[in-house]
Amino acid sequence: MLTVYIMGKGYRVPEGLTIMKAMEYAGYRLVRGCGCRGGYCGACATVYRLPGDYRLYADLACQTTVQDGMYIAQLPSTPAERADYQLSQVAPRGEALLALYPELARCVACNTCTRSCPQKLEVMDAVQAALRGDIRQVAELTFDCVQCGLCAMRCPAEIAHYHVWQLARRLCGAYLTPRAQHLARRVAEVESGAFDAELDRLMGMGKDELAKAYQARDIEP
Amino acid sequence: MKRIPYFPGCAMKDQARDYERAAQAALAALGCELVELPRWNCCGTVYSLANDDLMRHVGPVRNLIRVQDMGEDRVLTLCAMCYGTLRRSARFVAADPERLSRINAFMSDEHDYRGGVEVLHLLGLLRDVVGYENLASKVVRPLTGVRAAPYYGCTLVRPREVGVDNPDQPEVFERVLSALGAEVAEFPYKVECCGAYLTVGAPAIVAGRVRDIVASAAANGADLIVTSCPLCQFNLEARRPGIGPRLPVAYLGQLLAWALGADACLPPEAEALIQGTTPAAAGAQQR
Amino acid sequence: MADGLRLSREALAAPFVGKVEELSGQNLSACYQCGKCAAGCLFTEHMDALPNQVLRRVQLGDESVLAASAPWACASCLACAVRCPKGVDVARVMEALRLLALRRGLPHLDPRATAGVPQIALVGAYRKLTP
Ligand code: SF4
Ligand code: SF4
Ligand code: FES
Repeated sequence: MLTVYIMGKGYRVPEGLTIMKAMEYAGYRLVRGCGCRGGYCGACATVYRLPGDYRLYADLACQTTVQDGMYIAQLPSTPAERADYQLSQVAPRGEALLALYPELARCVACNTCTRSCPQKLEVMDAVQAALRGDIRQVAELTFDCVQCGLCAMRCPAEIAHYHVWQLARRLCGAYLTPRAQHLARRVAEVESGAFDAELDRLMGMGKDELAKAYQARDIEP
Repeated sequence: MKRIPYFPGCAMKDQARDYERAAQAALAALGCELVELPRWNCCGTVYSLANDDLMRHVGPVRNLIRVQDMGEDRVLTLCAMCYGTLRRSARFVAADPERLSRINAFMSDEHDYRGGVEVLHLLGLLRDVVGYENLASKVVRPLTGVRAAPYYGCTLVRPREVGVDNPDQPEVFERVLSALGAEVAEFPYKVECCGAYLTVGAPAIVAGRVRDIVASAAANGADLIVTSCPLCQFNLEARRPGIGPRLPVAYLGQLLAWALGADACLPPEAEALIQGTTPAAAGAQQR
Repeated sequence: MADGLRLSREALAAPFVGKVEELSGQNLSACYQCGKCAAGCLFTEHMDALPNQVLRRVQLGDESVLAASAPWACASCLACAVRCPKGVDVARVMEALRLLALRRGLPHLDPRATAGVPQIALVGAYRKLTP
């Protein structure tokens, strides 16, 4: 058993639990700050310190194992405004990010955001890319962002990073990425009825037969 | 080719990308290859004038560390504001080892900055590394007949210890323009401020400054203003009044590229002016 | 200048004076009011106190100078700094006053007023005009 301090109160919890499980073990019922439990949804942003270590760590509660003496606080929500825009009205030019999120210009290059990111993204580099208008680079650097908001909570320049990332990825997807040709081809195929017979056959199968077919399916390499 | 570590700054990747392209082409013609820092961040554009604001030095010093990490001890800027902030921060930490060690301790994710990186501006490079005479000898399309007003603005010349030249009577810009064959239009506003960042919250103040600067350049015979500062460039164009002389504004790198026969990426107004003025241009057009 | 500014030992030794000296790193009493800074400043028409008057008011511990328009019309161009015969960097005093006012909660730059300006201007404005 280990001792952890959750929101300032000490609890004995078994070793090997994630922070999230340890909180539930301690009696918390999580109605906020908990979603997928798999490291994807970003709902479980948490900050903690370890005994004898000045650093303030930031991570996902569902992905981080408790350590003895850990001081834990959850940050289930980040207060930050998402700019109001219609994607179809925003041109994918450099100044788009800065126009909607001018506070990007406040970055002092302290790199605190990078150190706080549980996804280990190069967050500061993404801010810098956003500042110089490189939408594609921002989208690439932040592809794995789970919108946990930890960077935004730690940033001395008070930037709401993840909203900017989302805009950059949307702009990139809508305007800067080449259209997938094979998608259009496949849609045309579907519309021309090329798969109708096969679909009808599947629809006619019983549950067992369907399960067998599923097990035996071709899996793309 | 002489390899020169190069810090672009945000504007060179966006608003002033034509300046960057032209300067790169021009410097290549002079035997210098600009090697962009593999990673860099915004310089902060304005140097902090407060004593308790160490955080504002982190950005500039991080860039100096990037230069150090390349194994180099100098870095070139094209932008006058980047030049000012980087050079001032370099001087600040050189003079204050105690605060440098605090900045280093804060940036635990980087190598310590050991000091000694020199920050150069394009004008200084042309004077000290290329040399005026050498520069003049490489000119293939002299800017003969073009009356250019060298607009230094603030950060190239102030404060005194950081400027590329004497803040009272600078000459480096003039000598470079002369080397390119241009006629220099001396004007009293050449080191006076355009209003800089006031353009955001108080555009009317900037409009007044720009009106005076442009009028003075025009009254002194200029038909073109030359700058190396993207903020001056923005203010001179976006904040100029609707009436009075409308002088085209070009970046130093663009005139340089033009004169050296490289791709100058000039703005249309300036290009038309140069085309219409210089004899070499007429020849080049016929080809 | 504020009505009825009273000179007193207390005002001269007020923490405000020390704070401005500390933030700016300038020896305020070096200023002998020659006015060269004001003569060189291009923004005085937008200032309710000239740069040397701002300095004087700080010297005298007049905290109402924090409400003056001068620091906000200052563009940090350093025209004053390079010409002061006593080596006072007046621009640093302006910066100290801006910072003190901002840190006391004076309204900062309205982000909605930032549309259409390039990053080089925005970065500068945010650094000078927000806490
Ligand atoms: S970039 Fe920010 S919001 Fe996205 S995962 Fe990293 S810390 Fe969380
Ligand atoms: S934490 Fe904020 S100020 Fe620091 S590098 Fe990241 S974005 Fe910039
Ligand atoms: S609960 Fe979804 S990431 Fe942790």
